[in-house]
Amino acid sequence: MKTLIAVLTVLAVIIAFWYAACLPMNIKGVLTQAERAGAEVVPVGAKERRDLGEIGLVLGNQFAIAATWSQDRPRLPAPHQVAVELWKTTGAMVLKGKPMSKRSLIFHGWVTLSATLLGFAMGTGLGILLAVGIVHSKVMDMSVMPWAIVSQTIPIIALAPMIIVVLYSVGVQGILPKAIISAYLSFFPVVVGMVKGLRSPDAMQLDLLRTYNASANQGFWALRLPASMPYLFTSLKIGIAASLVGAIVGELPTGAVAGLGARLLGGSYYGQTVQIWSALFAAAILAACLVALLGVIERVVLKRMGMSA
Amino acid sequence: MMLVILAALVWCGGWWVNARLANGPQSDSRGVQLLVPVIFGVTLLLVWQLLVKGLQIPMVILPSPVDIAVAFGANLSKLWQDFLQTFVKGALSGYVMGCSAAFLMAIVMDRSDFLRRGLLPVGNFVAALPIVGTAPILVMWFGFDWHSKAAVVVVMVFFPVLVNTVAGLRETSAMQRDLMQTYAASYWQSFFKLRLPAALPFVFNGLKISTTLALVGAIVAEFFGSPTVGMGFRISTSVGKLSLDMVWAEIVVAALAGSMFYGAVAMVEKILTFWHPSQRG
Repeated sequence: MKTLIAVLTVLAVIIAFWYAACLPMNIKGVLTQAERAGAEVVPVGAKERRDLGEIGLVLGNQFAIAATWSQDRPRLPAPHQVAVELWKTTGAMVLKGKPMSKRSLIFHGWVTLSATLLGFAMGTGLGILLAVGIVHSKVMDMSVMPWAIVSQTIPIIALAPMIIVVLYSVGVQGILPKAIISAYLSFFPVVVGMVKGLRSPDAMQLDLLRTYNASANQGFWALRLPASMPYLFTSLKIGIAASLVGAIVGELPTGAVAGLGARLLGGSYYGQTVQIWSALFAAAILAACLVALLGVIERVVLKRMGMSA
Repeated sequence: MMLVILAALVWCGGWWVNARLANGPQSDSRGVQLLVPVIFGVTLLLVWQLLVKGLQIPMVILPSPVDIAVAFGANLSKLWQDFLQTFVKGALSGYVMGCSAAFLMAIVMDRSDFLRRGLLPVGNFVAALPIVGTAPILVMWFGFDWHSKAAVVVVMVFFPVLVNTVAGLRETSAMQRDLMQTYAASYWQSFFKLRLPAALPFVFNGLKISTTLALVGAIVAEFFGSPTVGMGFRISTSVGKLSLDMVWAEIVVAALAGSMFYGAVAMVEKILTFWHPSQRG
């Protein structure tokens, strides 16, 4: 309860700060428009206004304050403008019966989400396999693990355009290149978490299994794999967020026409700030939903396994 | 065909040597622990070179390591300028600003229980969001030069460092804090003598995560507009010209810069947290 009040207060402060920040950010555009429309603007002429500074402009032209929150192409859109745009491109489209129209964020979100999920599945599968190999083979541990760590210092975006070009020239395009980029990003957290998890049973537990005369295989399925589950879910939550970033970033250099990344890029080309912000919020909401979903699955699975804290 | 068979042989040979080393009696010595990954890397490069030549893969798809090395050597001054623009001006300055801002904010949050309760869930939430997406907005606000890249990096590294530092400052046990109180230590005395040292492993965890984020942020931001220099700019234009060897040369630079940056932070961590169990081993 105390936490809820604190969080809500912080959120309220952030939104209030956001509205306040709209004033100095947008005032110049508003005043230019107002002057063209024939209104009285305090320092006449664009040059004088440039020298005065934003805060001074706001204080001198208080009639323009309301207009800074309702511009067509503001430098910083007000929160309600973003909310309206989000509703117009999601809920309103559903009500009109065209949820998959090209102007709908549901369509773009789905394009990104499908690449994210495919990449996440590939990355997780590969990561778990590699972790099993690393735990069971000392050669793999010693030779692959250092390079897996080094590979993470390569900024994936540097690889992204090339992966697209390479795959395009062998005839693969569409969802797969993006999925490979997000697989690459989600793969590392899974490997690290899974290796740690598979090694988490202590010597006493391993000894117990040995006294039962359990084979390495039985030990893996009965002890190591269940013991690794909490670690796995922690890394899955990191991995899915990274996957989404990968899918969005993968849409940037390809000149993709659909997807949240394409909306960001398109908005940046045409100066549609409200579109950028709504795509950004859609991505944030999507990421939050995915992480929350994994949290629910984690709770259910751990409870069924008798491990919930 | 000969080269392909040779590649398979090289792979098997490298693996055999590594298996002998790793399962041999010397496997715990430092030399072997360094040697095994090096052999693996060299094997990988050799196999790559042999396969590209043997299967006659065109350079547009995958240049061979030798091609990349040649492109790297021929464009040293260009690569150096890109490195200065993207890494030193964009990533590094943003990293320093973002990390110090997050650190100061964490101290403020640590002093106020209300702020910590309110901001920590929000910070945790924001840390998991695709912050790279703010790049077009920040490029619009701060212009095409490195300032906008630094701004993207600041936003990207802020939350991981903040969340980790706040968690670290809570790390001391009640007993240890009580002891400081019986010594009549002031807030700052107990902060510098007890809580900050205890927080350092967490702080460095955040700092290490942020090294890669910083580089990624700086490069991605260049896709939304940049001057005619910089790693992101060079990558996108080189892909357009299909000169993939240049793209790979940039990737080598990015990997080297990223590894060295990470290594430098890890070294500082080793010096400052020598007492921690994970460093003693």
